Amino acid sequence: MAAKPKLHYPKGRGKMESIRWLLAAAGVEFDEQFIEKKEDLEKIRNDGSLLFQQVPMVEIDGMKMVQTRAILSYIAAKYNLYGKDLKERAWIDMYVEGTTDLMGMIMSLPLQAAETKDKHLALIIERATTRYFPVYEKALKTHGQDYLVGNKLSWADIQLLEAILMAEECKADILSAFPQLQAFKGRISNVPTIKKFLQPGSKRKPRPDEKYIAEMRKIFNF
Amino acid sequence: MSGKPRLTYFDGRGRMEPVRWLLAAAGVEFEEKFLETREQYEKLIKDGELMFQQVPLVEIDGLKLVQTRAILSYIAGRYNLYGKDLKERALIDMYVEGITDLMHMILVFPFSPSEAKEKNIELIKEKATNRYFPVFEKALKQHGQDFLVGNRFSWADVQLTEAILAVEEKIPAVLSVFPQLQAFKTRMSNMPTIKKFLQPGSPRKPPPDEHYVQTVKKILKV
Repeated sequence: MAAKPKLHYPKGRGKMESIRWLLAAAGVEFDEQFIEKKEDLEKIRNDGSLLFQQVPMVEIDGMKMVQTRAILSYIAAKYNLYGKDLKERAWIDMYVEGTTDLMGMIMSLPLQAAETKDKHLALIIERATTRYFPVYEKALKTHGQDYLVGNKLSWADIQLLEAILMAEECKADILSAFPQLQAFKGRISNVPTIKKFLQPGSKRKPRPDEKYIAEMRKIFNF
Repeated sequence: MSGKPRLTYFDGRGRMEPVRWLLAAAGVEFEEKFLETREQYEKLIKDGELMFQQVPLVEIDGLKLVQTRAILSYIAGRYNLYGKDLKERALIDMYVEGITDLMHMILVFPFSPSEAKEKNIELIKEKATNRYFPVFEKALKQHGQDFLVGNRFSWADVQLTEAILAVEEKIPAVLSVFPQLQAFKTRMSNMPTIKKFLQPGSPRKPPPDEHYVQTVKKILKV
């Protein structure tokens, strides 16, 4: 009997959230070991569990995997969410790297000093609406299929939905000029595993608040 | 019309250099188009060549690949430098991501203000010596094989070789406490394709100078 994957991270979104999304979408149940104080992090550093002394770390299939992209790639491939061949994988990789860049900007917003927050938020909205969303809007319009790549649900679709919801938390009507993405959001949110993840009581984590940021600063010394 | 891959980037290392390394190590000849003016860059964007309006761009096998990781993953998969199965791929990905984090410090170094430069060198030295190089030293010592993963030449070996040489340019004695890495560096440098890439006249780019920094700043308006 395979053990469930076990996720090691603080109790919040951060870099682990995309991994929670992907496992949930793949219908894979997982356990979480939350890092609540600095001592928890020191413990797994000192026992050699963290290859580069960093989290996220996911125990899966006998491995202690680190590095978010490595973890996501492994899960995508294992659960057939990575396309059917090398070229589809390349498209998925490109799309995923784009949404990762956008989500990275959004993730760093709570860490900005008060005087730069507004400017950073404006940049997020500008990038989302002029650099990233147009790409996915066009892809969906061009092939007219339900999913971004190869007419099949993939890691790219899951991460785009995650990015859309995060962007909407920044500006509720951010999809107003993107009808394809609005339809996409509705479709993907209704995939049974994803629908379940979007319901209360799932492992999805809430938007970071001041208290969470303060805890992160203490644990990771920044 | 040549079937060779074509790389579009500034005439310097930057984010394209790992791609040059990987293609060269795989024995694949390629062409390069160098961006020298803002107008050239704006034309690429206007013509729809850059998915997210960014370089690197690699045209290969009928694809216009962007996003460095997507490009490198494709090349590694295409030229059998990505391990024999999912678990080897996971290990290669973890190693490569760690090395990328180290190389990022070197990537941004020329753009840091002069008063921060000495501190940044110390940081590179500390991370290389305490976080990254020990991982690879230990891996090589434990399995006693010539290559990092699966007893076979892979993307991880190419990227580690590149990182070692890049760090040595800033901290010449950095490998003094890493005998396995010294031997690894010698072995990799003597592999025929890498040896050729390390000789004058190859597509390998020199360390970034002031002219390179100014060119990038001018073209990207940063």
